[in-house]
Amino acid sequence: MTTLMNRGFLSIVIVVALLACVPFLTASNSVLNFLVTGLLLTLAGQGWNVLGGYGGQYSFGHAAFFGTGAYATAILQVRYGFNAWPAFAIGIAAGAAVGAIIGAMTFRSGLRGSYFALVTLAFAEVLRIVASVAPFTGAGTGTLIKLNVGAQAMQFQSRAAFYWMILALVAIALVVTRLIEQSRFGAWLVAVRENQDAARALGVDVTRVKLGAMTVSAALAAAAGCFYAQYFLFIDSGIAYGTWISVEALLAPIIGGIGTVFGPLLGAMMIKVLGEAAKHLIGDAPGLDLVLYGMVLILIVAFAPRGIAGIVAQVQGWLTPKKGKPHG
Amino acid sequence: MAEPILTVENLSKHFGGLRAVNDASFTVEAGRITALIGPNGAGKTTVFALITGFLKPSSGRIAYNGEAITGIPAHLLARRGIARTFQIVQPFAGLTVLQNIAVGSHLHIPGRAAALAAAEEVAALVGLTPMLHQPASTLTVAGRKRLELARALATAPKLLLLDEVLAGLNPSEIRDMIPIIRAIAARGVTILMIEHVMQAVMSLADQIFVLVEGHVIAQGTPQTVAADPKVIEAYLGAGAAARLAGGAHAG
Repeated sequence: MTTLMNRGFLSIVIVVALLACVPFLTASNSVLNFLVTGLLLTLAGQGWNVLGGYGGQYSFGHAAFFGTGAYATAILQVRYGFNAWPAFAIGIAAGAAVGAIIGAMTFRSGLRGSYFALVTLAFAEVLRIVASVAPFTGAGTGTLIKLNVGAQAMQFQSRAAFYWMILALVAIALVVTRLIEQSRFGAWLVAVRENQDAARALGVDVTRVKLGAMTVSAALAAAAGCFYAQYFLFIDSGIAYGTWISVEALLAPIIGGIGTVFGPLLGAMMIKVLGEAAKHLIGDAPGLDLVLYGMVLILIVAFAPRGIAGIVAQVQGWLTPKKGKPHG
Repeated sequence: MAEPILTVENLSKHFGGLRAVNDASFTVEAGRITALIGPNGAGKTTVFALITGFLKPSSGRIAYNGEAITGIPAHLLARRGIARTFQIVQPFAGLTVLQNIAVGSHLHIPGRAAALAAAEEVAALVGLTPMLHQPASTLTVAGRKRLELARALATAPKLLLLDEVLAGLNPSEIRDMIPIIRAIAARGVTILMIEHVMQAVMSLADQIFVLVEGHVIAQGTPQTVAADPKVIEAYLGAGAAARLAGGAHAG
Protein backbone atom coordinates (compact mmCIF):
# COMPACT_ATOMS: atom_id res chain seq x y z
CA MET A 1 0.00 0.00 0.00
CA THR A 2 2.82 2.46 0.83
CA THR A 3 4.36 1.81 -2.57
CA LEU A 4 0.99 2.43 -4.13
CA MET A 5 0.68 5.71 -2.25
CA ASN A 6 4.13 6.74 -3.40
CA ARG A 7 3.32 5.90 -6.99
CA GLY A 8 0.21 8.07 -6.78
CA PHE A 9 2.15 11.05 -5.56
CA LEU A 10 5.17 10.41 -7.77
CA SER A 11 3.10 11.01 -10.90
CA ILE A 12 2.06 14.40 -9.49
CA VAL A 13 5.67 15.31 -8.71
CA ILE A 14 6.78 14.38 -12.24
CA VAL A 15 3.99 16.28 -14.00
CA VAL A 16 4.45 19.39 -11.86
CA ALA A 17 8.25 19.29 -12.23
CA LEU A 18 7.97 19.06 -16.02
CA LEU A 19 5.50 21.93 -16.14
CA ALA A 20 7.74 23.98 -13.84
CA CYS A 21 10.51 23.81 -16.45
CA VAL A 22 8.46 25.50 -19.19
CA PRO A 23 9.54 29.09 -18.38
CA PHE A 24 13.17 28.02 -18.88
CA LEU A 25 12.37 26.82 -22.38
CA THR A 26 10.37 29.79 -23.59
CA ALA A 27 10.04 33.40 -22.55
CA SER A 28 7.11 33.92 -24.89
CA ASN A 29 4.41 35.85 -23.07
CA SER A 30 1.66 34.36 -25.17
CA VAL A 31 2.74 30.80 -24.38
CA LEU A 32 2.96 31.54 -20.67
CA ASN A 33 -0.33 33.42 -20.72
CA PHE A 34 -1.94 30.45 -22.45
CA LEU A 35 -0.59 28.09 -19.79
CA VAL A 36 -1.55 30.38 -16.91
CA THR A 37 -5.16 30.53 -18.07
CA GLY A 38 -5.08 26.76 -18.65
CA LEU A 39 -3.85 26.12 -15.12
CA LEU A 40 -6.37 28.59 -13.74
CA LEU A 41 -9.09 26.54 -15.37
CA THR A 42 -7.44 23.37 -14.08
CA LEU A 43 -7.72 24.66 -10.54
CA ALA A 44 -11.41 25.55 -10.88
CA GLY A 45 -12.02 22.26 -12.69
CA GLN A 46 -10.25 20.32 -9.96
CA GLY A 47 -12.60 21.96 -7.49
CA TRP A 48 -15.62 20.85 -9.52
CA ASN A 49 -14.09 17.38 -9.86
CA VAL A 50 -13.88 16.81 -6.09
CA LEU A 51 -17.62 17.31 -5.73
CA GLY A 52 -18.84 16.26 -9.16
CA GLY A 53 -16.30 13.64 -10.18
CA TYR A 54 -15.78 11.87 -6.87
CA GLY A 55 -19.04 12.77 -5.15
CA GLY A 56 -21.39 12.63 -8.14
CA GLN A 57 -22.99 15.98 -7.26
CA TYR A 58 -23.05 17.97 -10.50
CA SER A 59 -22.86 21.66 -9.79
CA PHE A 60 -23.77 24.19 -12.46
CA GLY A 61 -22.79 27.07 -10.25
CA HIS A 62 -19.13 26.93 -9.35
CA ALA A 63 -19.04 30.58 -10.41
CA ALA A 64 -20.53 31.29 -6.97
CA PHE A 65 -17.27 30.18 -5.33
CA PHE A 66 -14.93 31.46 -8.04
CA GLY A 67 -16.58 34.88 -7.93
CA THR A 68 -16.67 35.07 -4.15
CA GLY A 69 -12.94 34.37 -4.03
CA ALA A 70 -12.24 36.95 -6.72
CA TYR A 71 -14.42 39.66 -5.18
CA ALA A 72 -13.16 39.02 -1.63
CA THR A 73 -9.53 39.32 -2.75
CA ALA A 74 -10.20 42.47 -4.73
CA ILE A 75 -12.52 44.25 -2.30
CA LEU A 76 -10.36 43.57 0.75
CA GLN A 77 -7.43 45.22 -1.01
CA VAL A 78 -9.28 48.09 -2.68
CA ARG A 79 -11.70 49.06 0.10
CA TYR A 80 -10.03 47.87 3.28
CA GLY A 81 -6.37 48.25 2.44
CA PHE A 82 -5.53 44.61 3.01
CA ASN A 83 -2.27 43.19 1.78
CA ALA A 84 -2.78 40.89 -1.22
CA TRP A 85 -1.50 37.73 0.50
CA PRO A 86 -3.89 37.65 3.45
CA ALA A 87 -6.65 38.88 1.12
CA PHE A 88 -5.97 35.87 -1.07
CA ALA A 89 -6.25 33.51 1.90
CA ILE A 90 -9.45 35.15 3.14
CA GLY A 91 -10.83 34.94 -0.40
CA ILE A 92 -10.35 31.16 -0.37
CA ALA A 93 -11.98 30.91 3.06
CA ALA A 94 -14.91 33.07 1.91
CA GLY A 95 -15.48 30.85 -1.13
CA ALA A 96 -15.33 27.75 1.05
CA ALA A 97 -17.84 29.31 3.43
CA VAL A 98 -20.24 30.07 0.57
CA GLY A 99 -19.83 26.45 -0.53
CA ALA A 100 -20.59 25.18 2.96
CA ILE A 101 -23.67 27.39 3.25
CA ILE A 102 -25.10 26.47 -0.16
CA GLY A 103 -24.25 22.83 0.55
CA ALA A 104 -25.96 22.88 3.93
CA MET A 105 -29.12 24.33 2.42
CA THR A 106 -29.30 22.03 -0.60
CA PHE A 107 -28.07 18.74 0.88
CA ARG A 108 -30.12 19.03 4.06
CA SER A 109 -33.23 19.48 1.98
CA GLY A 110 -32.22 16.36 0.07
CA LEU A 111 -31.72 17.92 -3.37
CA ARG A 112 -30.04 15.55 -5.78
CA GLY A 113 -29.18 15.27 -9.43
CA SER A 114 -30.62 17.90 -11.73
CA TYR A 115 -32.33 19.69 -8.82
CA PHE A 116 -28.97 20.22 -7.19
CA ALA A 117 -27.52 21.43 -10.49
CA LEU A 118 -30.34 23.93 -10.98
CA VAL A 119 -30.17 25.26 -7.43
CA THR A 120 -26.40 25.83 -7.63
CA LEU A 121 -26.94 27.62 -10.94
CA ALA A 122 -29.58 29.78 -9.28
CA PHE A 123 -27.28 30.71 -6.39
CA ALA A 124 -24.53 31.74 -8.80
CA GLU A 125 -26.97 33.83 -10.84
CA VAL A 126 -28.33 35.55 -7.72
CA LEU A 127 -24.80 36.45 -6.67
CA ARG A 128 -24.04 37.71 -10.18
CA ILE A 129 -27.09 39.96 -10.19
CA VAL A 130 -26.38 41.26 -6.69
CA ALA A 131 -22.76 41.96 -7.63
CA SER A 132 -23.88 43.80 -10.77
CA VAL A 133 -25.95 46.32 -8.79
CA ALA A 134 -24.38 46.56 -5.32
CA PRO A 135 -22.11 49.62 -4.90
CA PHE A 136 -19.97 47.48 -2.59
CA THR A 137 -18.72 45.38 -5.52
CA GLY A 138 -18.35 48.34 -7.87
CA ALA A 139 -21.67 47.43 -9.46
CA GLY A 140 -21.63 47.62 -13.26
CA THR A 141 -18.17 49.15 -13.51
CA GLY A 142 -16.50 46.34 -11.62
CA THR A 143 -13.53 46.46 -9.28
CA LEU A 144 -10.04 47.42 -10.31
CA ILE A 145 -7.07 46.43 -8.16
CA LYS A 146 -4.45 49.19 -8.23
CA LEU A 147 -1.29 48.37 -10.12
CA ASN A 148 1.46 47.96 -7.55
CA VAL A 149 4.12 45.69 -8.92
CA GLY A 150 6.09 43.78 -6.32
CA ALA A 151 6.02 40.41 -4.62
CA GLN A 152 4.59 41.93 -1.42
CA ALA A 153 1.47 42.93 -3.40
CA MET A 154 1.38 39.61 -5.25
CA GLN A 155 1.86 41.43 -8.54
CA PHE A 156 4.79 40.01 -10.40
CA GLN A 157 6.80 41.70 -13.12
CA SER A 158 7.35 38.45 -14.97
CA ARG A 159 4.74 36.12 -16.33
CA ALA A 160 6.91 33.24 -15.15
CA ALA A 161 6.37 34.17 -11.51
CA PHE A 162 2.60 34.13 -11.99
CA TYR A 163 2.95 30.89 -13.86
CA TRP A 164 4.84 29.25 -10.99
CA MET A 165 2.33 30.57 -8.52
CA ILE A 166 -0.68 29.07 -10.29
CA LEU A 167 1.31 25.88 -10.89
CA ALA A 168 1.95 25.67 -7.13
CA LEU A 169 -1.78 26.09 -6.48
CA VAL A 170 -2.58 23.38 -9.03
CA ALA A 171 0.05 21.13 -7.42
CA ILE A 172 -1.68 21.59 -4.05
CA ALA A 173 -5.04 20.79 -5.68
CA LEU A 174 -3.60 17.62 -7.25
CA VAL A 175 -2.15 16.49 -3.91
CA VAL A 176 -5.40 17.27 -2.08
CA THR A 177 -7.33 15.24 -4.66
CA ARG A 178 -4.92 12.31 -4.37
CA LEU A 179 -5.13 12.45 -0.55
CA ILE A 180 -8.92 12.36 -0.77
CA GLU A 181 -8.75 9.48 -3.22
CA GLN A 182 -6.68 7.40 -0.81
CA SER A 183 -8.55 8.23 2.38
CA ARG A 184 -11.63 6.99 4.17
CA PHE A 185 -13.36 10.26 3.31
CA GLY A 186 -12.70 9.55 -0.37
CA ALA A 187 -14.04 6.00 -0.10
CA TRP A 188 -17.20 7.37 1.51
CA LEU A 189 -17.50 10.12 -1.09
CA VAL A 190 -17.31 7.65 -3.96
CA ALA A 191 -19.78 5.39 -2.16
CA VAL A 192 -22.21 8.32 -1.97
CA ARG A 193 -21.76 8.89 -5.71
CA GLU A 194 -22.41 5.24 -6.52
CA ASN A 195 -25.39 4.58 -4.22
CA GLN A 196 -26.57 6.80 -1.39
CA ASP A 197 -28.84 4.26 0.28
CA ALA A 198 -26.18 1.58 0.32
CA ALA A 199 -23.73 4.11 1.74
CA ARG A 200 -26.14 5.03 4.55
CA ALA A 201 -26.64 1.38 5.40
CA LEU A 202 -22.87 1.08 5.84
CA GLY A 203 -22.75 3.93 8.33
CA VAL A 204 -21.86 6.78 5.97
CA ASP A 205 -23.22 10.16 7.02
CA VAL A 206 -24.20 11.12 3.48
CA THR A 207 -25.06 14.76 4.17
CA ARG A 208 -21.84 15.39 6.03
CA VAL A 209 -19.66 13.73 3.40
CA LYS A 210 -21.29 15.79 0.64
CA LEU A 211 -20.91 18.93 2.70
CA GLY A 212 -17.22 18.25 3.25
CA ALA A 213 -16.67 17.67 -0.46
CA MET A 214 -18.57 20.81 -1.37
CA THR A 215 -16.46 22.90 1.02
CA VAL A 216 -13.16 21.59 -0.37
CA SER A 217 -14.53 21.95 -3.89
CA ALA A 218 -15.58 25.55 -3.27
CA ALA A 219 -12.22 26.40 -1.69
CA LEU A 220 -10.36 25.23 -4.81
CA ALA A 221 -12.70 27.13 -7.15
CA ALA A 222 -12.34 30.21 -4.92
CA ALA A 223 -8.54 29.93 -5.10
CA ALA A 224 -8.88 30.08 -8.88
CA GLY A 225 -11.04 33.19 -8.51
CA CYS A 226 -8.54 34.85 -6.16
CA PHE A 227 -5.78 34.16 -8.65
CA TYR A 228 -7.87 35.52 -11.51
CA ALA A 229 -8.37 38.83 -9.69
CA GLN A 230 -4.68 39.07 -8.89
CA TYR A 231 -3.55 38.18 -12.42
CA PHE A 232 -5.90 40.40 -14.41
CA LEU A 233 -6.37 43.05 -11.66
CA PHE A 234 -9.93 43.63 -12.83
CA ILE A 235 -13.20 41.80 -12.24
CA ASP A 236 -16.84 42.58 -12.81
CA SER A 237 -19.98 40.57 -12.13
CA GLY A 238 -20.01 38.98 -15.59
CA ILE A 239 -16.47 37.70 -15.17
CA ALA A 240 -16.47 36.70 -11.50
CA TYR A 241 -19.96 35.22 -11.27
CA GLY A 242 -20.46 34.54 -14.99
CA THR A 243 -21.73 31.23 -16.28
CA TRP A 244 -18.57 30.90 -18.38
CA ILE A 245 -16.58 29.69 -15.38
CA SER A 246 -19.35 27.39 -14.17
CA VAL A 247 -19.43 25.81 -17.62
CA GLU A 248 -15.68 25.57 -18.14
CA ALA A 249 -15.10 24.26 -14.61
CA LEU A 250 -17.35 21.30 -15.34
CA LEU A 251 -16.21 20.83 -18.95
CA ALA A 252 -12.55 20.46 -17.96
CA PRO A 253 -13.01 17.37 -15.76
CA ILE A 254 -15.70 15.86 -17.98
CA ILE A 255 -13.53 16.16 -21.10
CA GLY A 256 -10.32 15.22 -19.27
CA GLY A 257 -11.66 12.36 -17.20
CA ILE A 258 -14.24 12.70 -14.47
CA GLY A 259 -13.23 11.48 -11.02
CA THR A 260 -9.53 11.22 -11.88
CA VAL A 261 -6.65 13.24 -10.45
CA PHE A 262 -5.29 14.43 -13.80
CA GLY A 263 -8.58 14.71 -15.67
CA PRO A 264 -9.15 18.43 -15.02
CA LEU A 265 -5.58 19.27 -16.12
CA LEU A 266 -5.95 17.33 -19.38
CA GLY A 267 -9.41 18.72 -20.01
CA ALA A 268 -8.49 22.33 -19.22
CA MET A 269 -5.56 22.24 -21.63
CA MET A 270 -7.77 20.62 -24.27
CA ILE A 271 -10.38 23.36 -23.85
CA LYS A 272 -7.76 26.07 -24.16
CA VAL A 273 -6.28 24.48 -27.29
CA LEU A 274 -9.73 24.21 -28.81
CA GLY A 275 -10.52 27.82 -27.94
CA GLU A 276 -7.30 29.02 -29.61
CA ALA A 277 -7.87 26.78 -32.61
CA ALA A 278 -11.37 28.16 -33.02
CA LYS A 279 -10.02 31.72 -32.96
CA HIS A 280 -7.38 31.00 -35.58
CA LEU A 281 -9.52 28.89 -37.87
CA ILE A 282 -12.84 30.65 -37.88
CA GLY A 283 -12.15 34.06 -36.44
CA ASP A 284 -13.26 35.54 -33.15
CA ALA A 285 -17.03 35.40 -33.54
CA PRO A 286 -18.69 35.74 -30.13
CA GLY A 287 -20.00 32.49 -28.70
CA LEU A 288 -18.16 30.36 -31.24
CA ASP A 289 -15.98 28.77 -28.57
CA LEU A 290 -19.15 27.71 -26.75
CA VAL A 291 -20.48 26.02 -29.88
CA LEU A 292 -17.20 24.18 -30.17
CA TYR A 293 -17.20 23.16 -26.49
CA GLY A 294 -20.74 21.87 -26.93
CA MET A 295 -19.71 19.71 -29.87
CA VAL A 296 -16.70 18.31 -28.02
CA LEU A 297 -18.83 17.62 -24.97
CA ILE A 298 -21.32 15.64 -27.06
CA LEU A 299 -18.50 13.65 -28.66
CA ILE A 300 -16.90 12.91 -25.29
CA VAL A 301 -20.14 11.88 -23.62
CA ALA A 302 -21.09 9.70 -26.59
CA PHE A 303 -17.77 8.03 -27.33
CA ALA A 304 -15.45 8.45 -24.34
CA PRO A 305 -17.51 8.84 -21.16
CA ARG A 306 -14.36 8.50 -19.08
CA GLY A 307 -12.73 11.39 -20.94
CA ILE A 308 -9.16 11.69 -22.16
CA ALA A 309 -7.88 9.89 -19.07
CA GLY A 310 -10.18 6.99 -19.94
CA ILE A 311 -8.87 6.85 -23.51
CA VAL A 312 -5.29 6.88 -22.18
CA ALA A 313 -6.07 4.05 -19.77
CA GLN A 314 -7.66 2.04 -22.57
CA VAL A 315 -4.67 2.49 -24.87
CA GLN A 316 -2.36 1.53 -22.00
CA GLY A 317 -4.45 -1.62 -21.57
CA TRP A 318 -3.93 -2.54 -25.24
CA LEU A 319 -0.20 -1.87 -25.10
CA THR A 320 0.66 -3.73 -21.89
CA PRO A 321 0.76 -7.50 -22.39
CA LYS A 322 -1.78 -9.40 -20.34
CA LYS A 323 -0.25 -10.81 -17.18
CA GLY A 324 -1.20 -14.06 -15.50
CA LYS A 325 -2.73 -12.21 -12.58
CA PRO A 326 -6.47 -12.05 -13.25
CA HIS A 327 -8.08 -8.61 -13.35
CA GLY A 328 -4.89 -7.25 -11.77
CA MET B 1 -34.24 -16.00 28.98
CA ALA B 2 -31.66 -13.33 28.21
CA GLU B 3 -32.55 -9.76 27.32
CA PRO B 4 -33.49 -9.73 23.60
CA ILE B 5 -31.10 -7.82 21.34
CA LEU B 6 -34.05 -6.36 19.44
CA THR B 7 -37.56 -5.65 20.65
CA VAL B 8 -40.25 -4.40 18.30
CA GLU B 9 -43.42 -3.23 20.02
CA ASN B 10 -46.70 -2.28 18.33
CA LEU B 11 -44.87 -1.04 15.27
CA SER B 12 -47.01 0.60 12.58
CA LYS B 13 -46.24 2.37 9.34
CA HIS B 14 -48.89 3.97 7.18
CA PHE B 15 -48.34 5.23 3.66
CA GLY B 16 -51.41 7.41 3.18
CA GLY B 17 -54.31 5.01 3.67
CA LEU B 18 -52.16 1.90 3.28
CA ARG B 19 -51.18 0.19 6.53
CA ALA B 20 -47.96 -1.49 5.41
CA VAL B 21 -47.06 -2.45 8.97
CA ASN B 22 -49.92 -2.74 11.42
CA ASP B 23 -49.21 -3.11 15.12
CA ALA B 24 -46.40 -5.64 14.68
CA SER B 25 -44.54 -6.92 17.74
CA PHE B 26 -41.70 -9.41 17.98
CA THR B 27 -38.34 -9.94 19.62
CA VAL B 28 -34.98 -11.18 18.40
CA GLU B 29 -32.82 -13.18 20.81
CA ALA B 30 -29.09 -12.45 20.76
CA GLY B 31 -26.89 -15.02 19.07
CA ARG B 32 -29.68 -16.75 17.18
CA ILE B 33 -31.11 -16.79 13.69
CA THR B 34 -34.61 -15.36 13.57
CA ALA B 35 -36.66 -15.43 10.40
CA LEU B 36 -39.45 -13.10 9.36
CA ILE B 37 -41.68 -14.77 6.82
CA GLY B 38 -44.98 -13.98 5.19
CA PRO B 39 -46.71 -13.69 1.84
CA ASN B 40 -45.71 -11.02 -0.69
CA GLY B 41 -46.73 -7.56 0.40
CA ALA B 42 -46.96 -8.52 4.07
CA GLY B 43 -44.72 -5.58 5.03
CA LYS B 44 -41.53 -7.47 5.82
CA THR B 45 -39.19 -5.16 3.95
CA THR B 46 -40.95 -2.14 5.47
CA VAL B 47 -40.30 -3.61 8.93
CA PHE B 48 -36.61 -3.84 7.99
CA ALA B 49 -36.56 -0.25 6.77
CA LEU B 50 -38.14 0.85 10.08
CA ILE B 51 -35.67 -1.09 12.22
CA THR B 52 -32.63 0.15 10.29
CA GLY B 53 -33.70 3.79 10.28
CA PHE B 54 -34.48 4.14 6.57
CA LEU B 55 -38.10 4.93 7.42
CA LYS B 56 -39.64 6.51 10.50
CA PRO B 57 -42.51 4.55 12.04
CA SER B 58 -45.98 6.08 12.29
CA SER B 59 -46.20 4.63 15.79
CA GLY B 60 -44.62 1.99 17.96
CA ARG B 61 -41.30 1.43 19.61
CA ILE B 62 -38.06 -0.30 18.64
CA ALA B 63 -35.43 -1.13 21.27
CA TYR B 64 -31.92 -2.39 20.63
CA ASN B 65 -30.09 -3.90 23.61
CA GLY B 66 -32.74 -2.32 25.81
CA GLU B 67 -32.29 1.20 24.43
CA ALA B 68 -34.94 2.93 22.34
CA ILE B 69 -33.69 3.45 18.78
CA THR B 70 -36.96 4.50 17.16
CA GLY B 71 -36.35 7.16 14.52
CA ILE B 72 -32.54 7.21 14.74
CA PRO B 73 -31.05 7.69 11.24
CA ALA B 74 -29.59 4.71 9.39
CA HIS B 75 -25.93 5.68 9.49
CA LEU B 76 -25.97 6.09 13.28
CA LEU B 77 -27.61 2.70 13.73
CA ALA B 78 -24.93 1.17 11.52
CA ARG B 79 -22.33 2.62 13.89
CA ARG B 80 -24.13 0.98 16.81
CA GLY B 81 -23.93 -2.39 15.14
CA ILE B 82 -27.08 -2.82 13.07
CA ALA B 83 -26.34 -3.74 9.45
CA ARG B 84 -28.66 -4.68 6.63
CA THR B 85 -28.63 -6.03 3.11
CA PHE B 86 -31.05 -4.93 0.43
CA GLN B 87 -33.56 -7.19 -1.25
CA ILE B 88 -32.83 -5.41 -4.53
CA VAL B 89 -29.04 -5.51 -4.45
CA GLN B 90 -27.39 -2.10 -4.27
CA PRO B 91 -23.75 -2.53 -5.27
CA PHE B 92 -21.42 0.42 -5.81
CA ALA B 93 -21.38 -0.63 -9.45
CA GLY B 94 -18.39 1.41 -10.54
CA LEU B 95 -16.13 0.07 -7.80
CA THR B 96 -14.35 -3.24 -7.51
CA VAL B 97 -15.58 -5.94 -5.15
CA LEU B 98 -12.76 -5.13 -2.73
CA GLN B 99 -13.52 -1.40 -2.78
CA ASN B 100 -17.19 -2.15 -2.18
CA ILE B 101 -16.46 -4.19 0.91
CA ALA B 102 -13.88 -1.67 2.14
CA VAL B 103 -16.59 1.01 2.38
CA GLY B 104 -18.13 -1.22 5.04
CA SER B 105 -14.90 -1.91 6.88
CA HIS B 106 -14.09 1.81 6.94
CA LEU B 107 -16.91 2.24 9.46
CA HIS B 108 -14.59 1.28 12.29
CA ILE B 109 -11.22 1.38 10.52
CA PRO B 110 -10.03 4.82 9.42
CA GLY B 111 -6.82 3.73 7.65
CA ARG B 112 -7.12 2.78 3.98
CA ALA B 113 -4.63 -0.09 4.04
CA ALA B 114 -6.14 -1.64 7.18
CA ALA B 115 -9.67 -1.27 5.80
CA LEU B 116 -8.67 -3.00 2.56
CA ALA B 117 -7.01 -5.81 4.51
CA ALA B 118 -10.12 -6.28 6.64
CA ALA B 119 -12.26 -6.26 3.49
CA GLU B 120 -10.15 -9.07 2.04
CA GLU B 121 -10.78 -11.18 5.12
CA VAL B 122 -14.53 -10.66 4.87
CA ALA B 123 -14.41 -11.49 1.16
CA ALA B 124 -12.76 -14.80 2.00
CA LEU B 125 -15.52 -15.57 4.48
CA VAL B 126 -18.26 -15.24 1.85
CA GLY B 127 -16.22 -16.79 -0.96
CA LEU B 128 -15.57 -13.65 -3.02
CA THR B 129 -11.78 -13.89 -2.99
CA PRO B 130 -11.44 -14.81 -6.70
CA MET B 131 -13.44 -11.73 -7.74
CA LEU B 132 -11.76 -9.14 -5.48
CA HIS B 133 -10.55 -6.89 -8.27
CA GLN B 134 -13.51 -7.30 -10.60
CA PRO B 135 -15.91 -4.37 -10.97
CA ALA B 136 -19.05 -5.10 -8.95
CA SER B 137 -21.13 -4.56 -12.08
CA THR B 138 -19.65 -7.73 -13.63
CA LEU B 139 -20.84 -10.02 -10.83
CA THR B 140 -23.62 -12.56 -11.33
CA VAL B 141 -26.77 -12.38 -9.20
CA ALA B 142 -25.26 -14.88 -6.76
CA GLY B 143 -22.08 -12.82 -6.63
CA ARG B 144 -24.03 -9.64 -5.94
CA LYS B 145 -25.94 -11.29 -3.10
CA ARG B 146 -22.63 -12.36 -1.59
CA LEU B 147 -21.31 -8.84 -2.01
CA GLU B 148 -24.34 -7.41 -0.17
CA LEU B 149 -23.62 -9.84 2.62
CA ALA B 150 -19.90 -9.09 2.67
CA ARG B 151 -20.35 -5.34 2.76
CA ALA B 152 -22.79 -5.51 5.66
CA LEU B 153 -20.55 -7.96 7.46
CA ALA B 154 -17.54 -5.68 7.01
CA THR B 155 -19.17 -3.11 9.31
CA ALA B 156 -18.69 -5.65 12.12
CA PRO B 157 -22.37 -5.76 13.03
CA LYS B 158 -23.89 -7.26 16.16
CA LEU B 159 -27.29 -7.54 14.51
CA LEU B 160 -27.46 -8.37 10.82
CA LEU B 161 -30.71 -8.01 8.86
CA LEU B 162 -30.73 -10.08 5.69
CA ASP B 163 -33.47 -9.19 3.21
CA GLU B 164 -33.93 -12.19 0.91
CA VAL B 165 -30.28 -12.99 0.31
CA LEU B 166 -31.33 -16.29 -1.26
CA ALA B 167 -33.96 -14.93 -3.66
CA GLY B 168 -33.03 -15.36 -7.29
CA LEU B 169 -30.43 -18.02 -6.60
CA ASN B 170 -30.60 -21.49 -8.10
CA PRO B 171 -30.72 -24.55 -5.82
CA SER B 172 -26.99 -25.19 -5.92
CA GLU B 173 -26.22 -21.52 -5.17
CA ILE B 174 -28.65 -21.70 -2.24
CA ARG B 175 -26.84 -24.77 -0.97
CA ASP B 176 -23.56 -22.82 -1.14
CA MET B 177 -25.00 -19.82 0.66
CA ILE B 178 -26.59 -21.60 3.65
CA PRO B 179 -23.29 -22.60 5.28
CA ILE B 180 -22.04 -19.02 4.86
CA ILE B 181 -25.02 -17.66 6.79
CA ARG B 182 -24.52 -20.33 9.40
CA ALA B 183 -20.83 -19.43 9.72
CA ILE B 184 -21.73 -15.77 10.26
CA ALA B 185 -24.12 -16.74 13.05
CA ALA B 186 -21.45 -18.97 14.54
CA ARG B 187 -19.20 -15.91 14.87
CA GLY B 188 -21.73 -14.48 17.28
CA VAL B 189 -23.64 -12.21 14.91
CA THR B 190 -27.35 -12.19 15.58
CA ILE B 191 -29.30 -12.63 12.35
CA LEU B 192 -32.79 -11.49 11.46
CA MET B 193 -33.69 -12.70 7.99
CA ILE B 194 -36.54 -12.22 5.58
CA GLU B 195 -36.74 -15.28 3.39
CA HIS B 196 -39.12 -16.95 0.95
CA VAL B 197 -36.99 -20.02 0.37
CA MET B 198 -38.70 -22.24 2.96
CA GLN B 199 -36.20 -25.05 2.80
CA ALA B 200 -33.55 -22.54 3.93
CA VAL B 201 -35.74 -20.99 6.62
CA MET B 202 -36.56 -24.41 8.03
CA SER B 203 -32.92 -25.44 8.20
CA LEU B 204 -31.47 -22.12 9.42
CA ALA B 205 -33.95 -20.41 11.71
CA ASP B 206 -34.18 -20.95 15.45
CA GLN B 207 -37.28 -18.81 15.69
CA ILE B 208 -39.81 -17.69 13.10
CA PHE B 209 -42.30 -14.84 13.06
CA VAL B 210 -45.04 -14.81 10.45
CA LEU B 211 -46.11 -11.42 9.21
CA VAL B 212 -49.41 -11.11 7.36
CA GLU B 213 -50.89 -7.77 6.31
CA GLY B 214 -48.45 -5.95 8.55
CA HIS B 215 -49.33 -7.96 11.63
CA VAL B 216 -47.53 -10.84 13.34
CA ILE B 217 -49.99 -13.75 13.29
CA ALA B 218 -47.81 -16.60 14.47
CA GLN B 219 -44.45 -17.35 16.01
CA GLY B 220 -42.38 -20.26 17.18
CA THR B 221 -39.89 -22.83 16.02
CA PRO B 222 -39.96 -23.84 12.34
CA GLN B 223 -41.97 -26.98 13.19
CA THR B 224 -44.67 -25.18 15.19
CA VAL B 225 -45.06 -22.46 12.59
CA ALA B 226 -45.28 -24.89 9.69
CA ALA B 227 -48.07 -26.77 11.46
CA ASP B 228 -49.97 -23.63 12.48
CA PRO B 229 -53.34 -23.52 10.67
CA LYS B 230 -53.31 -19.70 10.67
CA VAL B 231 -50.04 -19.73 8.73
CA ILE B 232 -51.26 -22.29 6.21
CA GLU B 233 -54.39 -20.26 5.61
CA ALA B 234 -52.44 -17.06 5.20
CA TYR B 235 -50.39 -18.64 2.44
CA LEU B 236 -52.97 -20.89 0.79
CA GLY B 237 -56.29 -19.19 1.53
CA ALA B 238 -59.18 -19.66 3.93
CA GLY B 239 -60.06 -23.26 4.67
CA ALA B 240 -56.80 -24.58 3.30
CA ALA B 241 -55.65 -25.90 6.66
CA ALA B 242 -58.82 -27.88 7.12
CA ARG B 243 -58.67 -29.21 3.57
CA LEU B 244 -55.06 -30.25 4.02
CA ALA B 245 -55.81 -31.92 7.33
CA GLY B 246 -58.83 -33.63 5.75
CA GLY B 247 -56.75 -34.73 2.78
CA ALA B 248 -54.06 -36.13 5.03
CA HIS B 249 -56.71 -37.95 6.99
CA ALA B 250 -58.33 -39.38 3.87
CA GLY B 251 -54.91 -40.39 2.49
